[in-house]
Amino acid sequence: MSAGTLDRRVAVKSLLQNRGKTLVITGLGSSTYDTFAAGDHDANFYLWGAMGGAALMGLGLALAQPDRPVLVITGDGEQLMGLGGLVTIAVQKPKNLTIAVLDNGHFGETGMQMSHSGLGADLVAIAKSCGIVQTHDVRDEAGLATLRDAIQDLSTGPRFAAIRIANAEHERALAPRDGIHVRNRMRQHLGLPIM
Amino acid sequence: MGETVSAPAVDWPAAIFSELKAAGVSQISYVPDAGHARLIRMAHDDPAMKTIVLTTEEEGIAIAAGAWLGGDKSAVLLQSSGVGNCINMLSLANSCRFPLLMLVTMRGEWAEFNPWQVPMGQATPTVLEAMGLTVFRLEKPEDTAEMIANAAALAFSGEQQVAVLIAQRMIGRKKWVSK
Repeated sequence: MSAGTLDRRVAVKSLLQNRGKTLVITGLGSSTYDTFAAGDHDANFYLWGAMGGAALMGLGLALAQPDRPVLVITGDGEQLMGLGGLVTIAVQKPKNLTIAVLDNGHFGETGMQMSHSGLGADLVAIAKSCGIVQTHDVRDEAGLATLRDAIQDLSTGPRFAAIRIANAEHERALAPRDGIHVRNRMRQHLGLPIM
Repeated sequence: MGETVSAPAVDWPAAIFSELKAAGVSQISYVPDAGHARLIRMAHDDPAMKTIVLTTEEEGIAIAAGAWLGGDKSAVLLQSSGVGNCINMLSLANSCRFPLLMLVTMRGEWAEFNPWQVPMGQATPTVLEAMGLTVFRLEKPEDTAEMIANAAALAFSGEQQVAVLIAQRMIGRKKWVSK
């Protein structure tokens, strides 16, 4: 279902333009590199592990911060490991949560093996059938612009987007991997105490 | 020893709920378990509690991390069989020192009828400790409030990952057939 043409770095940079108060969680691997490459930010939390957990971490954050947009940027492989999480999110209905999956149909970090998405599974259809009503199948710049605006809408989520990217690889952009540092700076950004 | 006089039954699920509230917990996620059924009902009945049904237990570990990142405190309710599902996700709590409070009802020990519950039940404390958690074992209903309060303090103030294992003896025998 993927067979996209969008460049992943361009797509992520586009999504994060004028991000305002958006809090971002990134899935391990290329999604973390793409988000860091678009510009480091105190409101970014980069995962370097916990495969399958990005969207769920977004759920916990979205429930805790209902007045801010929460954007999860992850890959098809990472989301496939936590598919059940889409049902968990759908029934909670967090209006401020967007799950954006960079879908190239492959496991990019591990040698570009084909993923289930590349072998025919349609992540947008899966999200819909889980009960996530707002979905975006993003294939071009116009679709990215529509999604970028939708992320800021705190009344219509949760939403799920598959961004159909090409499977070209980029140089890794190494986001900080000290989880305590990244965690503390987001809490400080939110005005929350740290130890 | 003389005859023991049994103490009045302590409503331990209510004690857990009350201590979680007192500790400021506002998100409870769970995979259902008969031992946690009353606590889950209390959570759903409280409009101030964000109560989250999971498809698998490791989701709760990730939710708790996100919750704390955003200023909420979250507890995860599960059965010992679900501990195995959490192992790699516990790296998230461990690597980033996210507070974590897991309340685990034990299977595979006291009068267990189903042998399939035994391996994971027996391995539960070992597995949790191997992933860096502090493990408490709750054996007596009357200890519930004190143990939950102190486990919550260690988790949320000490920023530790803590599991309270609730002995199967406290939950009682499961009735498998009606007679």
